[in-house]
Amino acid sequence: MKLGSALLAAHLWLVLAFLYVPIVVMAVFGFNASPLYALPFQFDLVWYRELAGNTKLIDAGIHSVGIAIVNTIIATALGTMAALAFARYQFRGKTVLQLLLFPPVAVPWLVIGTAMLVFFYWIDIKRGLFAILLGHVALSLPYVIVVVGARLATFPRAVEEAAATLGATPWQTFRRVTAPLLAPGVIGGALFAFAVSFDQFVISYFLAPPGVTTLPVEIYGAIRKGFTPEINAISTIIILVSMGALLLTARFYRFGGER
Amino acid sequence: MAVADRRNRGAILALTGPAYLWLTATIFLPLSAMLYCSFLAKSPLVPAPASFTLKHYAAFIDRPVNQQLMLWSLELGAVVTICCLVIGYPAALALAKVIKGRWREAMFLMVVLPFWSNALVRTFSWTMVLRRDGLADQAIHFIAPWAPEFDLLYSYPAVVIGLVHSYLPYMILTCYISLQAIDDSVIEAARSLGARSGALFRRVVFPMSLPGVLAGSALIFVPAVGSFMEPRILGGIKAPTLGMTIEDQFTVTANWPLGAALSFLMLGAVLLICLALYPAARKRMEGL
Repeated sequence: MKLGSALLAAHLWLVLAFLYVPIVVMAVFGFNASPLYALPFQFDLVWYRELAGNTKLIDAGIHSVGIAIVNTIIATALGTMAALAFARYQFRGKTVLQLLLFPPVAVPWLVIGTAMLVFFYWIDIKRGLFAILLGHVALSLPYVIVVVGARLATFPRAVEEAAATLGATPWQTFRRVTAPLLAPGVIGGALFAFAVSFDQFVISYFLAPPGVTTLPVEIYGAIRKGFTPEINAISTIIILVSMGALLLTARFYRFGGER
Repeated sequence: MAVADRRNRGAILALTGPAYLWLTATIFLPLSAMLYCSFLAKSPLVPAPASFTLKHYAAFIDRPVNQQLMLWSLELGAVVTICCLVIGYPAALALAKVIKGRWREAMFLMVVLPFWSNALVRTFSWTMVLRRDGLADQAIHFIAPWAPEFDLLYSYPAVVIGLVHSYLPYMILTCYISLQAIDDSVIEAARSLGARSGALFRRVVFPMSLPGVLAGSALIFVPAVGSFMEPRILGGIKAPTLGMTIEDQFTVTANWPLGAALSFLMLGAVLLICLALYPAARKRMEGL
């Protein structure tokens, strides 16, 4: 078993290496002077200076972060509620409701994006950040429900009953027993919601009016014109900022669930 | 019982209502509009009275190329999902049961972090690793100068690598959440009753983590089947998918009804596969 554990740990390190190779490559080329990603490496901050003057890219970044945060709050709240209903109650139509979670994930974003464009046009929701938010929450909800549901499926229900038997009020049971046990699932769901929104390109692409874009839409436009290390630069900044935000969260909450 | 049912119904409505109202307004009604669109003879962009046809669905049966694209897409989704499971599950197991304390926290964060980098940029980054003269090529020749030229870009493996890289964290996260919920005392109990490591894993750990495995697989398989951005950048013409064809119908040829029809056929195939696997998965979980 000792050998097995060592192998598993080694495997995890390899996986982390695999996950980070392209990201490190991306970050390194943001500091490379060559606009053609040519080697040898020559340290230069020229792409960060370019970025400081690119208000379009900065605005798009602010839009992306704002939408992702609001999306995470709404989707995590609504999704956790629905997952609780699925785990706690047996009711008619439950299977149908659960199957209805497939379309938002299964239909190509391309189709959902164009479908939203047409429908929103019909009911007079203008293209813009609000429309993009509507779409992002819809895409995030199934992820939150599935992830929180996976946690609830392995949830020791007897602990709650024990708390109630020992005289805890429903609110006390929720606060002291249910919430702490549920927290890893909810945090997992929230992280999914943020990632889905922040990475989302296709929906935003169809729902963004000219001039008001999110970062992926702006980056896609830049790629079509020719990929410049400026994009590497802004991506590196985003990774550093979110890493800081995550580490800050980790200070107040222990992700591993270790007590 | 009837009173309890009524109270439950209120709770169920209050808990599921907001999420499903939102999904109705932003997914189901627009998709209905899209379904309507797939039967239109002419693109809605053309101002003409609506006339209906089945020709866009017939195009799938008439043209084997579309069927071949569908098969390739499904196969790509399966390969990516299996790769993610084979690579991701042991990583989640290591994270949940081997790594302890602050290291676990740090590594969990490391697994989650790649989500925050943009998918387009990450995909493009792989072109810098996989292309001729790219990082992988240079690394190989640094170690073994006699090795043949390494150029994996614009190939099927490149697409698989890119997609696995995109979706692997999903699998690790969902498996980890399930594995972490398994009480260590259950494992201790099984071991004290004489279970060996292999049996412990097969009979206790894996079945108990199955909800996470299934959640991860569903979260990966479905978008991987519909992918078009990664195949386009990393596969070029070597790994065509149905998703790329559908994208073309909207961006290049402006044939919205055909794109809509192909999308619904793809959705149908994915749903059929998930429905076919669902009973087996449930049986496995009940047999716990």
